[in-house]
Amino acid sequence: MSTRASTLVIVPAFQEEGSVGLVVHALRRVVPEADVLVVDDGSLDDTGGVAERAGARVLTLPYNLGVGGAMRAGFKYALRYGYDAAVQVDADGQHDPEDVRRLLAGLRDSDVVIGARFAGVGSYHVKGPRRWAMVFLARALSRATGVTLTDATSGFRACNRRAMTLFARYYPVEYLGDTVEALLIVARTNLTVSQVPVDMKERTSGRPSAAPFQAAVYLGRAVLALALGLIRKWPSEGIGPLPTEQVVSR
Amino acid sequence: MNDRVLPLVSAAVTLLVMLDLLRRRRLREKYAVLWLVVSGFVALFALLPGTLTALSRAVGVKTPVNLLFFSAVLVLLVVCVQLSYEISRLEDETRCLAEELGILRLDVQDIRRAPPAL
Repeated sequence: MSTRASTLVIVPAFQEEGSVGLVVHALRRVVPEADVLVVDDGSLDDTGGVAERAGARVLTLPYNLGVGGAMRAGFKYALRYGYDAAVQVDADGQHDPEDVRRLLAGLRDSDVVIGARFAGVGSYHVKGPRRWAMVFLARALSRATGVTLTDATSGFRACNRRAMTLFARYYPVEYLGDTVEALLIVARTNLTVSQVPVDMKERTSGRPSAAPFQAAVYLGRAVLALALGLIRKWPSEGIGPLPTEQVVSR
Repeated sequence: MNDRVLPLVSAAVTLLVMLDLLRRRRLREKYAVLWLVVSGFVALFALLPGTLTALSRAVGVKTPVNLLFFSAVLVLLVVCVQLSYEISRLEDETRCLAEELGILRLDVQDIRRAPPAL
């Protein structure tokens, strides 16, 4: 901890011992200037151990909080230790560490940068009802934020200090809330958002979520997340530093 | 007289259980007050059925027992909503504690590994 990195890569991981090691290794090789924090979200396997041996700092949660809860913990950690930017990278290896720097570069002009599929780059394809759901979400959120977004459910994002302060307290914890509703919060609190086209690998160990019934459930929950984000109250313009978030020297 | 035994007994049991839970500090006042009021009303209607009839007439309900059922459902609904609210709040609080705990664990681990030079 003698070197003082300004960027924290947050990797929320739940039962990902098979892939988290590779992800951490790749991150440390490709973006050595950033610290890597794996948030072990109450995994029962050796996710934390694998991440630690790969050279990451590991924040172990006592039980499973979901991606949203894990990210909140990560943002709190980042603020407390004075990082200027945080990048969320999934532990399943679908996000390419090579894109992290491009996301960070986007923070010069906006508070949140999304690594987006379907933006002209890459080979990631989704078909059928699930695709319609994703397109619908992307359009709705483009309207809300006033920026063309093609991939509202991407978990590949970079945040600056302003966005981290907001997210450390208000990052949604419901399923899909962490992606969809988080963007609404950004829009409603007058933070700015932009996207950077990226490629993503298909989930190798993924569930076959293209089944029509699951897609319908997915759409329903997405609409719920959207509706909740629209009716909930948010602070009108960012928020000040959290009372407990005095920066601790590293 | 027989038809009053059941409501009287239930009112008495509710009151006693509530008072006992309060006495042993197992129940916060805000919940106990509600149940005490409810059992108070049950006891009142059991002792003086005329009050229920008079009340129904006053609010325009023809069959007194319907007023009883209606208020019972309403009270239960409010209690359910109140409990959902409390659970959500508690979940928020425990999640915050879990996040904090994770951060502190990492801090403690750092301190153990590299004791600060004094």
